[in-house]
Amino acid sequence: MADFDQELDASGLNCPLPILRAKKTLNAMSSEQVLHVIATDPGSVRDFDAFAKQTGNELVESREEGGKFHFLIKKS
Amino acid sequence: MDDKKLAIIATKGSLDWAYPPFILASTAAALGYETQIFFTFYGLQLLKKDLSLEVTPLGNPGMPMPMGMDKWFPVLGMTLPGMQGLMTSMMKKKMKDKGVASIEELRALCQEAEVKMIACQMTVDLFDMERSQFIDGVEYAGAAAFFEFAGDSDICLYI
Repeated sequence: MADFDQELDASGLNCPLPILRAKKTLNAMSSEQVLHVIATDPGSVRDFDAFAKQTGNELVESREEGGKFHFLIKKS
Repeated sequence: MDDKKLAIIATKGSLDWAYPPFILASTAAALGYETQIFFTFYGLQLLKKDLSLEVTPLGNPGMPMPMGMDKWFPVLGMTLPGMQGLMTSMMKKKMKDKGVASIEELRALCQEAEVKMIACQMTVDLFDMERSQFIDGVEYAGAAAFFEFAGDSDICLYI
């Protein structure tokens, strides 16, 4: 996995909490920094894709590993 | 670029129906939407400082019942005193176990994200409710004020 600046473990949280927590964390980060989100909600795969498209932040990576979903989001 | 706008009318005051307006409003705010919720009739319950929202299986054949309770307690059984409270606590426990946010938490996230909440003054008066019962930051207005915002909105939902 590529480098990241901050990590957010949203395991066990359900819609819409992973997105809301990610948004809050990104707010406190600076442009070009990368946030690593870990989630267990299967709906989060489509949701983080949609979140990135609508907010202009870049979804650098989205993958599943060991039953968890990992997202790398670069702040715009 | 102007922000997109989401206008929601929240009309229902049960625990299950409290979710859609707050989930959609908080998510829309996170996506950059300017969001307003207009609370009217039973939806006003969602603005109270002390939430006592309940869920009922009565009149709702679509509600999944735990442990086959619908077989053991057909409709009349659900009218017994205490059944609504029991169903509500079971639902709350299930939500907590599944990592679903509480209404209090989602509402606080909406406030934090500057979702504007408007109480319908007419129904506040109709039900003899006091402004002191409601959370801070609520505005009070009528239908015309709703249309001022909703008329410019990109998405408008009646829940």
